[in-house]
Amino acid sequence: MSQTAPVSPDAVKSAAQKLDAHVRDIVQWHFSPETGAPFWLEWAKKAGWNPRTEVTSFDDLTRFGHFEDEWLRGGPVRRWVPGAYANKPTYVFETGGTTGIPKSRVVVDDFRIDYEMLSETLPDSHFPKGSNWLMLGPSGPRRLRLAVEHLCQHRGGICFCVDLDPRWVVKLIKRGAMAELKLYSDHVIDQAMTILSAGHDIKCMFVTPKLLDALAGRLEAEGSSIEKTGITGIFCGGTEMTAQWARFAVEELLGPKVYLAACYGNTLMGLARARTLRPENQFKIVYHAPLPRAVIQLVDVDDNEKIVTQHGQTGRVMITTLTKEFFVPRFLERDEAELEPPCAEFPWDGVSGVRPYRVFAATTTVGVY
Amino acid sequence: MIHFPILRWGEPYKSLEVDKVFHHATGEQMAEVSQANAGLIARDMRQAERARAVLREIPCKDLLAMCRQAGDLFMNATLPAGDGSQTPDEFVKCQSATTGLPEHMSRFNMGKLAYVLQNLEAILTSLTRGLDFEILTRGYGMENGVMRSYQALTPVLGMVLPSNSPGVHGLWLPIIPLQIGLVLKPGPQEPWTPWRMCQAFFQAGIPKQAISIYPGAAEVGAAVLTHCPKTLIFGSTATVERYHGNPAVQVHGPGFSKILLGDDEVDHWEKFIDLMATSIAINSGRGCINCSGVWASRHTKEIADALAQKLGPIKPLPPTDPQAALAAFTVKGQAEGIDKDIEAALKEPGVEDITAKYRGGDRLVKMERCDYLRPTIVHCGSPAAAMAKKEYMFPFATVVECPQDQMLARIGQTLVCSAITKDPKFSRALLDARHIDRLNIGALPTVQLNWFQPHEGSIVDFLFRARAYQTTAAEASK
Repeated sequence: MSQTAPVSPDAVKSAAQKLDAHVRDIVQWHFSPETGAPFWLEWAKKAGWNPRTEVTSFDDLTRFGHFEDEWLRGGPVRRWVPGAYANKPTYVFETGGTTGIPKSRVVVDDFRIDYEMLSETLPDSHFPKGSNWLMLGPSGPRRLRLAVEHLCQHRGGICFCVDLDPRWVVKLIKRGAMAELKLYSDHVIDQAMTILSAGHDIKCMFVTPKLLDALAGRLEAEGSSIEKTGITGIFCGGTEMTAQWARFAVEELLGPKVYLAACYGNTLMGLARARTLRPENQFKIVYHAPLPRAVIQLVDVDDNEKIVTQHGQTGRVMITTLTKEFFVPRFLERDEAELEPPCAEFPWDGVSGVRPYRVFAATTTVGVY
Repeated sequence: MIHFPILRWGEPYKSLEVDKVFHHATGEQMAEVSQANAGLIARDMRQAERARAVLREIPCKDLLAMCRQAGDLFMNATLPAGDGSQTPDEFVKCQSATTGLPEHMSRFNMGKLAYVLQNLEAILTSLTRGLDFEILTRGYGMENGVMRSYQALTPVLGMVLPSNSPGVHGLWLPIIPLQIGLVLKPGPQEPWTPWRMCQAFFQAGIPKQAISIYPGAAEVGAAVLTHCPKTLIFGSTATVERYHGNPAVQVHGPGFSKILLGDDEVDHWEKFIDLMATSIAINSGRGCINCSGVWASRHTKEIADALAQKLGPIKPLPPTDPQAALAAFTVKGQAEGIDKDIEAALKEPGVEDITAKYRGGDRLVKMERCDYLRPTIVHCGSPAAAMAKKEYMFPFATVVECPQDQMLARIGQTLVCSAITKDPKFSRALLDARHIDRLNIGALPTVQLNWFQPHEGSIVDFLFRARAYQTTAAEASK
């Protein structure tokens, strides 16, 4: 479907109605004693109101206030597992964790579902089915690591991975050990170069912006290039990405034969896909959440209770996750962005220009891998 | 509206990300500046050797002549400014508008930079102690019958430049005639000087491929540091500590420059009040060479009082006023933070703001879009006071009471020390003090720079290493 085609008002209305219906189902699920998670059942006992009868639309989720990420620090993580999934094999993924107890999220199948949905949007011409992938991103207790491997397997390939500990990278940055940081980056790129030189016929890659810079630089220093390795499709994300970087990557690192797909996501929400990057659109990166499984909204940067509704206006990112495995109402992210209008492919609002939220920007270590 | 593109070895590159630069007082947008991404620098630095190669094709003496001409152009010509052009007067107004520096100070700094360019040959002769520049170009040569060899340690010098003190640009002007390329990351509020200076260089005949300018956020500064074998960086005490001992980085931080009054001269302190006041307040106290501490064994309360009477009444004036002595703080919250820090340090017993009684108002003056800090002279009864180690970016100084025989042990790192003494024993100890960089013995203001002498290490020593080199007699004589 064309992303530039005008969106019909009916499509926007229909998407909103589907979202409201989905919200009703998900709230029923999470607050039903048979299927809900212990955390939310306990929460409801103290709330003084009944979400199952009182939430009838997406807008009603304001009654939950804001999800507090501190709730995700420490155990028992079983309290987050919905009763309906109590006997299913369960993963736990972590975020942050450089100091103190990291936030955890339990997952059964959500990462597979999210990435299978994403798979539908990747062009087979550049991400050929059956081709092998290189996962050049964080390893360890990260959702991204398993998710990319599943994406590759779902498309019939085998995924090659590297060791990359982002927590160590954050420590290096915090103590200003830039020489060590360079050595660590070299160590990660060494692993990628070895895999790419070993005859594994890799055609697709997940990579973060900084590591793509580093890999392309190494390949060129050795008389090669991303294109010459045989890679035809790059799925990029994991850290902040700007339109300027995307343009630089397309124009100078990849060339016209390699496709760059961008995503924005995290362990709590899942992932939002970007519209196709186009030079005629100044490589603007516009993300749309995978409605109705997740919703991205913006709130006023000074008054986080005020929803931004005007397209083009800046706001702090607020996400809501609405899957049967995980219910996260109105979580205030550490990012800000501009609100973008719906398009034919995504008949709901998107966001562009995602960057660290100005209040935290000075103290946050970003773009670590 | 001026748009400053990135310069990639002289080639303009318009970024999709721009930063807007505003007038500190009116809020008017003065320019937009293309923002580089870190990968772009990494990629361009693969061409760094070419920057030195194109400069080596031009003899040093010709490059020096071009720099002289560039000095004249910088001072007097209408030069390209981004996608427009700019007269010298427009340059002064724009620089003042975004940095908060009064216009007459901008003009003064312009003259300082032009002076350096016009005297580069003598400056380099002094810094190299008369070395034949051809030896630097060729890498070796005979001097007084002895073989000398110098090897450039980098094809380019990276620079992470500040926003607040345009005078510091003088430090990188001798680089081009040394046949080393320039990689500049301008301060966010001061794109003007690097751009205008480079345009003056280009018009004077310096090859464009020798210079890159990468405006951008912190990651761009980090990329310059990572990808240039040698970098000159300006920053805070934390930055100085971070790069201390790193041979690839020459770091310029707060100066903690001081005036020490020897016991033999301190009883004549009144004679030196003007010298002290100038050292503290010139250029709105922004420079690392401005005095932030006056140390003496006696009369310190009288000295502090005299300085406070002289400097305390100074008020903010519009930047266009030729009498304006204070620069505006253009970064939101910065002046307020400094004011709070001073107030906290004043709570220590024996520490007193002497200017308070002469100021006739608060130290912090808040305007609609910027703030000012009025001159502050603080008396410290002991060098142990936390205040005695403070330095701020406005006319601020402590007057510290300390016995002469303890001064050198207590002053800490000092960029410029003006010691007013004729005592040979004290002078000897000052000469031997390794925590003093520039030493003035006698009644000399700390701000009186002699460009013919090294500043925080010789730039020539930073960029070249002397080494052994032997060849046959026939080769050597070539």
